[in-house]
Amino acid sequence: MGNYALGAPRLPGPQPVDKSKVTDISRAQTGPLIQSGSSRLADRAFYFAILACGLCVLALVGLIIFELVTKSSLSWHAFGWKFFFQSDWDPVNDQYGALPFVYGTIVSSILALVLAVPLAVGVAVFITEMSPRWLRVPLAFTTELLAAIPSVIYGLWAIFVLVPLLREYVEPWLARYFGWSGLFEGAPYGIGMLAAGIILAIMVVPIISSITREVMTAVPQQQREAVLALGATRWEMIRTGVLRNARAGIMGGVILGLGRALGETMAVTMVIGNRPEIARSLFAPGYTMASVIANEFSEATGDLYLSALVEVGLALFIVTILVNMAAQLLVWTVTRGTPARANG
Amino acid sequence: MGVSIQVDKLNAWFGKTQALYDIDMKVEANHATAVIGPSGCGKSTFVRCLNRMHETIPEARATGRVRIGELDVYNGTSATQIRRRIGMVFQKPNPFPTMSIYDNVAAGLKLNGFRDRHRLDEIVERSLQLSALWDEVKDFLKKKSGASLSGGQQQRLCIARALAVQPQVLLMDEPCSALDPISTGKIEELIFQLKESFTIVIVTHNMQQASRVAEFTGFFLLGKLIEFDKTEKIFTNPSDKRTEDYITGRFG
Repeated sequence: MGNYALGAPRLPGPQPVDKSKVTDISRAQTGPLIQSGSSRLADRAFYFAILACGLCVLALVGLIIFELVTKSSLSWHAFGWKFFFQSDWDPVNDQYGALPFVYGTIVSSILALVLAVPLAVGVAVFITEMSPRWLRVPLAFTTELLAAIPSVIYGLWAIFVLVPLLREYVEPWLARYFGWSGLFEGAPYGIGMLAAGIILAIMVVPIISSITREVMTAVPQQQREAVLALGATRWEMIRTGVLRNARAGIMGGVILGLGRALGETMAVTMVIGNRPEIARSLFAPGYTMASVIANEFSEATGDLYLSALVEVGLALFIVTILVNMAAQLLVWTVTRGTPARANG
Repeated sequence: MGVSIQVDKLNAWFGKTQALYDIDMKVEANHATAVIGPSGCGKSTFVRCLNRMHETIPEARATGRVRIGELDVYNGTSATQIRRRIGMVFQKPNPFPTMSIYDNVAAGLKLNGFRDRHRLDEIVERSLQLSALWDEVKDFLKKKSGASLSGGQQQRLCIARALAVQPQVLLMDEPCSALDPISTGKIEELIFQLKESFTIVIVTHNMQQASRVAEFTGFFLLGKLIEFDKTEKIFTNPSDKRTEDYITGRFG
């Protein structure tokens, strides 16, 4: 103790002011340095250019909706609401019901979420709370990289790796032990709803995990310390101090992932089997809204056929927009630092 | 009942930077001890070493001997066990925003596997009474979230949360620095009552606060404990020139 001098300059605090070193503001130049008449005009031009960019986006969305609505009106007049509750899709007799596609989209997306959410949240927890520092960035980067892989590549990988794996090992095993549930029966083709759900899960993991990571990082350090100071273990701290506070945001990430899964086309089309049927078993082939449009658009010759496909597109569009809006709202409430308040 | 704290040769680091140098201190049971000093002098680090919160920061570590009652903090006891015996209140009120007031107070007990509902109700009420918040919140204990209270109420809620696990020591890291004078007054009053049953260590920036609530005061400077004595002595007749400079406002 006390082996240093109490030199005044080392310590902050009020010290006598050396007047000669202070710049006198009152004598500084106050007039404008640059005077230019053209700046106002440039300013206005810039304003309108930027305004045009902004309006362009609105116009695009408006046009897409307009096109979808006008092109689908024929089918809408022919079938009405029944369109979404009928399951025959018969181009030869001009009978169109979109139920198998709606069903396929919903089931494959839910399956994807069931598989992806625990994995994605686990990855996020590991990266933000447990991973050694040197592993954090590479791991986060690799997870993000998964999102950058084109979906046709996922489709190819699924056809050559995932599907044989499912056919040879996973599906027979599931049929043997869980066949009683009715979800896993029938011939194990490999291709089918299960394969689509798994490939979607892999594609959705990076979205959910990066948003979960973001909202977990937004949880203030004081919350973690508060739980730790009560004698919590690391896991209890993560559960009570972090996940609980971030749950609205995580929910947002999950819904955003759902939005992606609903609209995903290529990879799903490649492995789902493309048969417009509703089957209980996940081994059976199915069809989704996105894949029916991609598959049949070029062959759609009749006006009604085309119109029916556009109507499927319109429905998909509306659903994904709503889902995305809900997700953004949830993520926004959390990262803005106003945690959704519990009143119960 | 509170217990005394014996600190011997406590050293602490953040990575390669040493934050505390050979701190020796004996904190009396059932008294309030204030820790004062300019910003960055290590007073918060010191308090966080007492319940091993210091080591939760990446690359932070501490060596030395800290005994709290019969408990050897850095030897043979796990950090979670230590923290269950020592309550802590932080600078910024940090109630759990997703929990009701009731659940906030019960959080520590629930974490430790306490499930007896009837006893839980009792402890929550007693803790809120101890922290002088009961009358203000008793009508909406389970209806309102901890974050819906005012800043001063939140801090008293945090005190209740810390008291609910029935600690022997209460550490307070600048508990009033984010509060208005009236809330500060309430908390100081509270400290007065609490030290009958707990040992309190309070870090403060406010020297008047130290002289009001604490019997003992330690003055930290650049990671060293310069002087530790009865509060009265520190503020009227300090034996070290640097302490005198600080309390008379020459620096800091």
